[in-house]
Amino acid sequence: MMNAPTSAAATSPAPTSRGDAIGAFLEQDYAAGFVTTLETDTVPKGLSEDVIRMISARKGEPEWLLDWRLEAYRHWLTMRPPKWAAVEFPAIDFQDIVYYSAPKSKKDGPKSLDEVDPELLRTFEKLGVPLHERARLAGVAVDAVFDSVSVATTFKKELGAHGVIFCSFSEAVKEHPELVRQYLGTVVPPGDNFYAALNSAVFSDGSFVFIPKGVKCPMELSTYFRINARDTGQFERTLIIAEEGASVSYLEGCTAPMRDENQLHAAVVELIALADAKIKYSTVQNWYPGDKDGKGGIYNFVTKRGDCRGARSHISWTQVETGSAITWKYPSVILRGDSSVGDFHSVALTNNLQQADTGTKMIHMGRNTRSTILSKGISAGRGSNTFRGLVKVTPKAEGARNYTQCDSLLIGDRCAAHTFPTIEVRHPTAHVEHEATTSRIGEDQLFYAMQRGISAEDAVSMIVNGFCREVFKELPMEFAVEAQKLLGVSLEGSVG
Amino acid sequence: MSAIDFWLGRHRDTAARLPGADLPWLVRLREDAIDRFADEGWPTTRRENWRHTSLAFMGQQALAAEASDKPEAVLARLRERYRTASRGQAGTHEGVASVVGAGSTANAAASAPQDLDHWLVFVDGKFAPALSAIGGLPGGARIGSLADALKQSPETVEAAFGSALDGEAPQALNAALVTDGAWIRLGRGIAIEHPIHLVFIGATVADQHLRNLVVAEAGAQATIVEHYPAGAAGSTLTTAVTRVLAAQDSHVTHLKLQQEAPEAIHLATIEAEQARGAVFASHSLSFGARLARNDIRTRLAGEGAEALLNGLYHADGRRHVDHHTRIDHARPQGTSREFYRGLLDGSARGVFTGRILVAQDAQRTDAMQRCDNLLLSRLAEADARPELEIYADDVKCAHGATIGQLDEDALFYLRSRGVDAVHARQLLTYAFAAEVLERIAHAPLRALGRAALLERLPEGARLEELL
Repeated sequence: MMNAPTSAAATSPAPTSRGDAIGAFLEQDYAAGFVTTLETDTVPKGLSEDVIRMISARKGEPEWLLDWRLEAYRHWLTMRPPKWAAVEFPAIDFQDIVYYSAPKSKKDGPKSLDEVDPELLRTFEKLGVPLHERARLAGVAVDAVFDSVSVATTFKKELGAHGVIFCSFSEAVKEHPELVRQYLGTVVPPGDNFYAALNSAVFSDGSFVFIPKGVKCPMELSTYFRINARDTGQFERTLIIAEEGASVSYLEGCTAPMRDENQLHAAVVELIALADAKIKYSTVQNWYPGDKDGKGGIYNFVTKRGDCRGARSHISWTQVETGSAITWKYPSVILRGDSSVGDFHSVALTNNLQQADTGTKMIHMGRNTRSTILSKGISAGRGSNTFRGLVKVTPKAEGARNYTQCDSLLIGDRCAAHTFPTIEVRHPTAHVEHEATTSRIGEDQLFYAMQRGISAEDAVSMIVNGFCREVFKELPMEFAVEAQKLLGVSLEGSVG
Repeated sequence: MSAIDFWLGRHRDTAARLPGADLPWLVRLREDAIDRFADEGWPTTRRENWRHTSLAFMGQQALAAEASDKPEAVLARLRERYRTASRGQAGTHEGVASVVGAGSTANAAASAPQDLDHWLVFVDGKFAPALSAIGGLPGGARIGSLADALKQSPETVEAAFGSALDGEAPQALNAALVTDGAWIRLGRGIAIEHPIHLVFIGATVADQHLRNLVVAEAGAQATIVEHYPAGAAGSTLTTAVTRVLAAQDSHVTHLKLQQEAPEAIHLATIEAEQARGAVFASHSLSFGARLARNDIRTRLAGEGAEALLNGLYHADGRRHVDHHTRIDHARPQGTSREFYRGLLDGSARGVFTGRILVAQDAQRTDAMQRCDNLLLSRLAEADARPELEIYADDVKCAHGATIGQLDEDALFYLRSRGVDAVHARQLLTYAFAAEVLERIAHAPLRALGRAALLERLPEGARLEELL
């Protein structure tokens, strides 16, 4: 998929020494930073009830959804941006953002890939989305979201045969309003937090997945987000429901073009797993991180939460976070059903002036619930990387079990790595363990590799890949390969 | 009532009579401190550092001391317990875990009779010379009361006193109202062989505000023990601040044994500043009080300093115990070890926060932290927040935290050896806790800690026989 950065690495000049290599690498351009010129249909800047009504009207939404948005908006007005995260950025002017931007296309929208604007297809081509033939080869069904509106959805028929619904959020509102209405906002309520409330008010599109009872989704589902238009914020909303005994693996990848201004991305993802269902959600996030002086880049403030509603359900989050100027997200699992399982596997990398404050929450409510947290933070340049987590065992969660491991790797003497876990246990049969380590790449490790004829950059790349291996092996295969490349590219030469 | 206004009134009414009322710097400091306290109020869970402990109830809390034993009796009991516990301990050092900073002066002291120890006793927040017994001291060592020191050498006290802005709001309240405490000053290379015991007994007053200052000059060595035995019953308040300034290559070992009455509220701070090569060890044993909060901080301000923060807490009933620790690695090559263990029974709540901060300059830092909690009942709660904040790259830092219950296999093993279930449980609980005590290098003090622990455990006496 996102193989563009790799090709950039291949074209960068051969480094003559380790120091040069670092420089060369650090100055490397953001390979996905091109802008596509497209006619777009946007609403004026700023946020008000009128703007929300306008968004809702453009999308032809039913009354109840508009009311839902307005309620969220009114609640949002009473809230303040949270300040507790270990990230620094100037206050966001929420009136300076365009809340809706859709590519202007043929009147009734594209019916097949052939109808999709070729310019747009080329964009995906550049990004390496296997949308067309490649999609079939890769066996991936893609719901590509281009500036808020889903432009093409493949494999719909094949999925339909199994009763799987995989479509854009707006389509789901039209086609399956009863499902949307039943589940929307039940995991992340509209007033959950500042950015979730904002998203609830203005969300433009996103993906909707419904796996009916007993169905194992025949292929991996994937959404590809891309912020293109200037000044737009992206507020997508994803809702995945797996009924009893259903299972699905969902992939999400993100890139954004290079711009000097900071752009806001405030998404909400809700996962619902009923009894015996399994949802696996994987993310490779490569939003534009800003340049080496920290100019520009995406503010990635995302609320992701899964609800293991039924017994023996299983929700698994896997994320590789290499992009964004600021990442601020805590994919969480509410372990409500007895014997339900929650996993969180994360690799977060910060370079230059990137800041990441990420982690997870595992809320154990059912009996014999289990959770595993595996977090690998890599901090290079002047990056700041924070793991923040909560493991909570409520008074009824008999036999709850949690294992947490978070490791940090430091590269360079100006980076920062923090670990802020919180453990709250209210049941004596609970067993909660937390371990964290912080270290840097050992001189002797490097020396060993180099005296075997491996270059410093390759050695670092190998060591980092080894450091992240446990998380990568959780990723679906195509993603694992991409993630490894992405990481290798992002780090090459940053040791000196 | 313990509302803010009450304390403002207290400051207004007593400021002129408090020690050092003739010292402009202290008068100003007390004013700044009470202003700050009025400003911040009692901390609530809205404050990040108090997320699991709220003092909001203090606004309505009536403080009162109920009849108690005479301070003489309390002291006699404490000394007797110490004597009994340490019997047969003299000179025995096997099994002492080798950890950083574990008392270097301790070994010699262990073989000496307990009566050679130094005892400073404070009753109702004031030094009680009649109950105190300070043994022979080398020249260059000064052990006495803070109130006296403020009269005799106010300028040296000023340098060690701390500021109105240090720590959290209760520490500011302490600064504003402090009546007395210990003043320990050790000249260059002075080693005090025997432990210095500070005993704080609340007999008739509802609140005490104590501040202990320890100034250890280069190469000085001492072991200081703070005792808070159960004095007056009732809802009493103790605020205590202990500041340790450890100059180059000095060794200071601090042990705190908090056994206050079941309704007491205990708010304490221990803060140390370590110069190059200084070694500081803190052992905090928290067994008493309805609500006990200990803020323990040390700053490794010089290269190659070593710190040990060691602690054990036990709470049952509806009691609440909170340890909030912070190790600040400011300079290179520091080493820190932190070990905390908690036993929580009834519907008690135990909170541990441990922050390790490694500054950009603190390369080659080696920091390790562990916190383990044992939940002994259905309603007990444990909260742990082990935190690492790291700005240097050449470091070795690790932390671990566990919360759980006794190992079923270990229980089964003991039962298969004929130990009944109840005692098997108690033995394992004791063993879990005793590991912390092993790090107290001074054998008689270790024995005292053990006795205090057994007193807390149900059927401790029988357990002692089993051991």
